[in-house]
Amino acid sequence: MTALSRLAVFALALWAAHALAEPDPLDSARWGDMRAQLFDGATVVFDPRVGVTAPLTAEDPMNVPIAVDASALSNVVEVLVFADFNPITKVLAFRPLGARAELAFRIKLQQSSPVRAAARTGDGVWHVGGTWVITTGGGCTVPSTGSASPEWQSRLNEVSGRIWSRPEGNRVRVRIIHPMDTGLAASIPAFYIEQLAVTDSQQRVLMEIDAFEPVSENPLFTLDLPPEAGELAAIRITGRDNNGNRVDAQVAR
Amino acid sequence: MTRLLALLALIAAAGSAMAAGFDYHLAPRQIAPGTWVLEGKQEDFTFANGGRIVNTAFVVTEAGVVVIDSGPSRQYGEQTVAAIARLTGQPIVKVWITHHHPDHFLGNQAFPPATLSALAQTTTSIETEGKAFNENMYRLVGDAMRDTEVVLPTQSVAPGTVDIGGHRFELLALDGHTAGDLAVFDHRTGVLFAGDLVFHDRTPTTPHATIARWLKSLDTLDALPFKQVVPGHGPVAADNGPIRQTRDYLHWLDGVLKQSAAAGLDMTEVMHLPLPKIFRQLAVIDTEYPRSVSHLYPAVEEAALKPSAH
Repeated sequence: MTALSRLAVFALALWAAHALAEPDPLDSARWGDMRAQLFDGATVVFDPRVGVTAPLTAEDPMNVPIAVDASALSNVVEVLVFADFNPITKVLAFRPLGARAELAFRIKLQQSSPVRAAARTGDGVWHVGGTWVITTGGGCTVPSTGSASPEWQSRLNEVSGRIWSRPEGNRVRVRIIHPMDTGLAASIPAFYIEQLAVTDSQQRVLMEIDAFEPVSENPLFTLDLPPEAGELAAIRITGRDNNGNRVDAQVAR
Repeated sequence: MTRLLALLALIAAAGSAMAAGFDYHLAPRQIAPGTWVLEGKQEDFTFANGGRIVNTAFVVTEAGVVVIDSGPSRQYGEQTVAAIARLTGQPIVKVWITHHHPDHFLGNQAFPPATLSALAQTTTSIETEGKAFNENMYRLVGDAMRDTEVVLPTQSVAPGTVDIGGHRFELLALDGHTAGDLAVFDHRTGVLFAGDLVFHDRTPTTPHATIARWLKSLDTLDALPFKQVVPGHGPVAADNGPIRQTRDYLHWLDGVLKQSAAAGLDMTEVMHLPLPKIFRQLAVIDTEYPRSVSHLYPAVEEAALKPSAH
């Protein structure tokens, strides 16, 4: 092959790669990296059926409210939430086993960033949606309130919550006392809840959550169940943090 | 050559414009004998308004000038001092800082330290939060903040009346907008300087608010025999309309948050609730209402959850 034809093949390959990759609707310089790191080789499509709701401007970078809704897709196996420009990009993942493919929570943002949700359907395709959140920043490198107060030690992994009946199905809200330290504040090691599972009184798993450092201190999760899940009398939440401390509590209606 | 000269002239002009700093075009408006108001814009902080979204005021008495709030920046404070000097030869004898929010005290540098007075709680709050506020203001309004530094009030205000040059000022130590809110009532003119306890046609801000305390403070202000009220933000009024408006908004906000928490709404859902028509007319409601949800909803929703059984 001549140098010229090699160049032509190379140019063609570049063009093909460019034409095949959909442009990022959020126009983020980090999207290429995110795609390579998180979805290596898998099919990824931007999909408006995956909604991420957040305030355009985050008043408190330590507590940015995020609601993810992938329930317009069928057969969602897992949803991964990430923020392109966070020092720790992965926020959490959840598997909506008996729950709707929806979850609301709060996160720490270090700077303005797209916040995205990628929903993997049964066919292995990742459906990606998201929104930009503008913030003054600093959310990940600030110590938790808990790390400066003796209170959390006696209340660590304490749970409060409630179940609501709604026409569209039961809603569950659970809050866990935990500092959720990122490890990025000086002299404060990473200390955060890693795994949670929400089950009903028949031991059916409603949702599994893998949390990462950017989930806000004292995490509060809002889950919705489909009408066919019926009226829950109570739920159980179990799990552990990265130091092996266990979460195990029952939330009654 | 002409081009080079033109370029040099341009650079010189740019240089002198920078040296001249930010001009707030302060034009004091007289609202009562000896009483002047510098009315801010009904906006969020921007580079264009230089942080001038706040009302500040001064009263010229026979024993000197009394200033209510020093404004958002050093340059604002300096331009206030210059505006006062254009109207009177009286010295500035007192600066009352109504509370610790940045647009109300960051002009302190321009005034003699001994005149700077505030409630003890306000000074404590400036001490802990002032530096972060100042840094944030540089980010929000840019060059208008140039050389602005935090200067603490030196005098602690005790509630009660004080006579200055024939004006009997009643100093009210209140709270609710922040942990320390000073209101000043001039018995001689009937003008009430309400600070940020009262907003008028501008959505109230709540980063340090306790609504129940704020409503109580509004009742105290409403009971005063004032003829005019100068709100912290928004136009001066000759009746209690601004007090009623602030009270109505806070009542509504409190109710919405409590009902939402009882119904199990998530924070993003509360932020997206439709706003009543009467409040949609308030300036900057689209940015302030979600901010207030962010400030106030966490405590309300926690109260609506039940402790678990193990």
